[in-house]
Amino acid sequence: MQERVKIAIVGSGPAGLSAAGRAAVAGVSHVLLEQRDHVSDTIYKYQKGKLVMATPDVLPLRSELTFQIGIREDVLATWEKQIAGLKVNVRFNSEVTGISGEKGDFTLKLSDGTTLNAEYVVFAIGLQGNIRLLGVPGQDREWVQYQLNDPDEYSDETIVVVGAGDAGIENALALTRQNNVVILNRGGEFARIKQGNLTAITTAIEKNQLECIYSAETVQVDDDGIVVKTPQGETKVKCDRIIARLGASPPRKFVESCGITFPNPDPSSLPELSGQYESNVPGLYIIGALAGYPLIKQAMNQGYEVIEYIQGNQLKPADEPLLEQKFANIPGNKSVSEVLALIQESVPLLAGLTTLQLREFLLDSNVHVPRGGDVVFVRNDYTNSFYSIVDGEVNIQIDPEDETKIIALGKGAFFGEMGLLSGRRRTATVMASKPTLLIETPRRSMIKLINSVESVKRVMDEVAVGRQIQTYIAPGIPLPDLQDLIRTVKVEKFDQGSVLFREGEAGDCLYLIQRGSVTVSREVGGKETVISYVAAGNYVGEMALISNAPRSATIRAAVSVEALRLDGIPFQALMARNETVRRTIEARYRGRMLENIESTEQPEAGGIIQFLIEQGLGEATDVLLIDEALCVRCDNCEKACAETHQGTSRLNREAGPTYQTIHVPTSCRHCEHPHCMVDCPPDALRRNANGEVYITDSCIGCGNCERNCPYGVIHMAAKPPKKPGLLQWLLFGRGPGPGQAVSGKWGPDSQKTGGSPKKAVKCDMCKDVLGGPACVRACPTGAALRVEPSEFFKMVSQGL
Amino acid sequence: MHQSILIFRNYRYLKWALIVVALSVLLYVFHEPGYGTPNGGTWLGYTLGGLGAVLIIWLMWFGIRKRRYGAGGAPVEDWLSAHIYLGLALIIVGTLHTGFQFGWNVHTLAYVLMMVVVLSGVFGLFAYVRVPELMTNNRRGMTLVQMMHEISDLDVECRDAALALGDEINQIVLTASQNTRIGGGVIRQLSGEDPKCATKDANRAIQHLAENAPQEQAEGYRALLGLLARKEELLSRARRDVRYKSLLDIWLYLHVPLSFALLGSLIAHIVAVFFYW
Repeated sequence: MQERVKIAIVGSGPAGLSAAGRAAVAGVSHVLLEQRDHVSDTIYKYQKGKLVMATPDVLPLRSELTFQIGIREDVLATWEKQIAGLKVNVRFNSEVTGISGEKGDFTLKLSDGTTLNAEYVVFAIGLQGNIRLLGVPGQDREWVQYQLNDPDEYSDETIVVVGAGDAGIENALALTRQNNVVILNRGGEFARIKQGNLTAITTAIEKNQLECIYSAETVQVDDDGIVVKTPQGETKVKCDRIIARLGASPPRKFVESCGITFPNPDPSSLPELSGQYESNVPGLYIIGALAGYPLIKQAMNQGYEVIEYIQGNQLKPADEPLLEQKFANIPGNKSVSEVLALIQESVPLLAGLTTLQLREFLLDSNVHVPRGGDVVFVRNDYTNSFYSIVDGEVNIQIDPEDETKIIALGKGAFFGEMGLLSGRRRTATVMASKPTLLIETPRRSMIKLINSVESVKRVMDEVAVGRQIQTYIAPGIPLPDLQDLIRTVKVEKFDQGSVLFREGEAGDCLYLIQRGSVTVSREVGGKETVISYVAAGNYVGEMALISNAPRSATIRAAVSVEALRLDGIPFQALMARNETVRRTIEARYRGRMLENIESTEQPEAGGIIQFLIEQGLGEATDVLLIDEALCVRCDNCEKACAETHQGTSRLNREAGPTYQTIHVPTSCRHCEHPHCMVDCPPDALRRNANGEVYITDSCIGCGNCERNCPYGVIHMAAKPPKKPGLLQWLLFGRGPGPGQAVSGKWGPDSQKTGGSPKKAVKCDMCKDVLGGPACVRACPTGAALRVEPSEFFKMVSQGL
Repeated sequence: MHQSILIFRNYRYLKWALIVVALSVLLYVFHEPGYGTPNGGTWLGYTLGGLGAVLIIWLMWFGIRKRRYGAGGAPVEDWLSAHIYLGLALIIVGTLHTGFQFGWNVHTLAYVLMMVVVLSGVFGLFAYVRVPELMTNNRRGMTLVQMMHEISDLDVECRDAALALGDEINQIVLTASQNTRIGGGVIRQLSGEDPKCATKDANRAIQHLAENAPQEQAEGYRALLGLLARKEELLSRARRDVRYKSLLDIWLYLHVPLSFALLGSLIAHIVAVFFYW
C-alpha cells in the first residue's frame, strides 16, 4: 500500500524544518523528505564552529522551532532535539526525483525507487543544488570527500583533488602546505577560473609544489587510490584521500520538470508565487531561498505560514508590524493594505507585482515624504538606490551650470535608474517640488525585482534608453522628438577584450556606453596602441558619422560592457534638425581630434593606460597606485591600514604588477559593479554615497565575496584584541608596537577574545578614519595615491 | 607623475625654513651683545637656544606622529617635508646659538650630536630621493622573494644539467648552490656584491673546463653555462636590491638613537646652563 500524507515537504533546511514542525504541532499528516542522512545540509556543511547569523534582527520569528544567533553546532543540535520532541516525520536519504499529479493527488518518486502520495507539496530545497559526485564506482568510499572545511586538518597525506574550478584549485593550493597534492584536470588547461587562481596554480605547478594531470577522466576509486584515464592510457594514482570539487547542479531544471515556470531565462530569476507561496501549479508551494528569501529567519517564518495557508487559515504575515512602522509617516493614517493598494494603483512599474513580491520589495525599501524644496539626492553622489513616485512631483536638474533647466516627474514615474545601470555617480540633482511620497529601494532589491518580474524589466529598459539619450547626447530635447532614434536602439553586450568596432571600418552607428568602459586604440607603427579610455555615460563612434570617413580608431571593451547601439541615419537626421545637438557633438568631435593628436605625441601614455586597463582599472572607481620613483619601501601604508583596521592590512604593497614606475598594489578598486556584492547572503556589502564599498558587521563569514573578487583583495580574518597604546609600548614594552604584526596573545586566536569568528575584511577607504585613506595619509614621501581611474587617465594623457 | 617631498606644496616648508633662517641671521648680524663676543647667554642667545630646543622636540615628535596611524590633521607627507626643511634650518639656528664658541664640554657635545643627527638625515634624504627609482629599475617587475624563488629553481635546473657532465662538474655545481649567499653583514649588504660569489667562481671554472670538453658534451656545457649565467645575473640583481634596501634603512640606525642621545645631552646642557653657570 502506497504511503499517503496530506503534506509532503521537500528539503529539510530551515524552511522545511519549520514547516514540518508546524505540521506536526497542528496534527497534519506530513512527511519531511531529506536527501542526506542529516537535516539542513547547507548549514551542516558550514565550516566547523562557524557563526550562524539571525538577520534581519527586526523581523520577529514565527515558528515552532527556535533560532537565534549561535555557532553551527548549537543551531543544528537545537533543531535536531526539537524535531524529535515535536515528533516530526522525517525520511532521510530520500531524494525526490520526480513529481506528477495534481492538487490533492501528487505522486512523488523517490531515489530509492519507492513512491509517495501527497495532497500538497511544499518545496523548500534552497538554491545550493545537488553536489555533483564523481559518478564512478567507489565514489562513496569514506575517504572520498566532496568538501573541505579546514585544509590544515590534514598533513603528510597524498591527496588527489578532482576538479579544476576555483574551489578545487583553492583547496589544492591550501593543501600543498602540509601535503603531497595531485590535481586532476579534465581539460588540457585551466579555463574559466579567476585570474588570481590561474596565476597561483600555474606557478605552483611550475615550482613542483603540486602535480597536475591534464585531460584526466576518473575511471574508478580503488582501495588505495584512484584510476585515471589520460590520452596516454589508464594509470592509478595512489593516495590517502580524494577531494572532489565538481560543483553542483542548480535545482532549476528539476523545479521546471515539475511544471513550475520561471519568468525569464536569467539564471538568477525566481519562480512567480501567489501571496500564499503557491506556484503556478496549484497545490505546489515554494518557500525559502528558492522563493527568493535566502535568510534563515524569513525561511522559517514562511515554513510556518505555508502550513497555515494550506489548511485554509488566514494570518497576517510576520512582516505586518514592520510595514506598519515603515508606513507610519505617510499622511492620512492608512492601513498596510490600503498603502499597498495605493502603491500598485499609482506606480505602473509595480502594478505587475504579486502581493508577496510587493511586501518584500517594500520591506527592503524606505518611504520618504519630502516637502517642496527638499533635496532627494545630489549630482555626483555615489548612491545607487531607485525611487518611485507614489504621489507628488520632483524636479530633475539636468544642467549643473543652469539650475533652472529641469525636467518634472509626476505621480507614477520613477528615477535613479541611471546609477543603477552604470554603477557610477548620480548624473543629476533631484528635488521635490511639492509634498511628495517616494519609495526608495536599494540596488540589490531592485535588481532582484528586475530579474524576477518581466514587466518591470521591460518598462525599465524602455524608459532607461530614452533617458540616457536625453542625458548624455541630447540634453533638453523632449522624448517625442527622439522617438525615431530610440526606435533603432539595441542593447548590445560585449565581453572583456572584444571589439565594438575597428579602425578603418565604415561607420554606421554610434555606441552609448551604458555599463563598463572601453579603450580607444589606433594603429601606430603596425601596433595597436591604446590612446584613451572612455567610461560609462559617454559615447563613441560619432567621428565617422560626422565626417563620413572610416572609423578613426578601434574600440575595445575594457571590462564586460553593455552599450546602446544608435543607428547612424536617424542620428544624423537628429543632428541636422537640432542645432544644440549638432553643436555638442561637434565640440566633442574636436576634443577627440585633439586627443588623437596629443596621443601620437605621448606614446608612453598609451602604454600606461593599456597596462592599467589590463589590471582591471576599467571597472574601478577609486584605486591605490604607488609611484615607485618615490616609494621608499617603508611599508608605512600597510602598517597604517592594519593599525586602523583591527590588525589586518587590507592591502599588500609589494604584490601586484609594475609598469615603468607605476605600481598597482593588491588593494580594493571599489568597482563600478562590485563583484563582491553579487552574492552576499546577509547583504553585508554596501556602497555609500562617496562610492566606498565596505562590509557591515552583519557579515556571516561565508567567504562568497572573497571568492568572487577577481583582484584577490578580500580576505577572511578574525579580530584580534585591542593593542595597548603607544606610550604603554614605548615606556613599559607592553604588547606589539605600532605597525608591528600581531600574534599569540595579541593575535586573532587570542584567549582574550575567545578566538573571534573569521569575517570578511576589505578596504573601506577609511570611511571612519579622520582625514581619509590612512595608507595615503601615512605615506611619508607622497608615493601612495588614490585616484579615480578616468581622472588618472586624463592626467597621463596630458603627460603629467 | 606627482611631486617629491622636496618640491611638495610648492616648497611651502622650505619657505618656512628660509624665514626662520633669515630672521635668525638678521638678528645675529644686527644684535650687539652687551659685553664680549656673541654667546648663548645673551637675550638673542636664549631666544635662539629656546627656538632650537623647541625645534628638536618637534622634530623628534615626527617619530610619534608617524606611528599615530589614525590621527587627523596634516598627512605624514606634510610632516616629513617640514621635518626635512626645519631640520636643515636647525643647523643655522643651533650654530648661531653657540656664538661660535666651542669647547670640550657637554654644551658642544649637544651641538656635535645635533650636527651628526642632521647630517645622517641629509644622507637619508639623499637615499630617499635617489634610491627608489634605481630599485624599481633593478627589480624589473619582480619582488626580492620572486628573485630568490627563481634562483633556487635555477639551482635545481643547474644540478639536473650537471648530471650528465661528470663528477667534477657535479661537485662544482653542488658547491656553488650550497655556498652562494645573498646579503650578510652590514658591509656586505651595503656593497651590493659578493667578491667571493660561489656561483661566479663555478661559472669561471666550468667555462675553463668547457674549453677542453669532448665534442659530445659541448651541448650539455652550453646549457649549464647558460643557466649559470642567468643565475649570476639574478644574483647580482638580488644583491643590488639588498643594497638599495639597506641604503634606505641604514641611516635610521644612526639618526634615531643619536636623536635620543641628543635629547639627553640637550637636557644636560639646559640643566647645566641654568643651575651651574
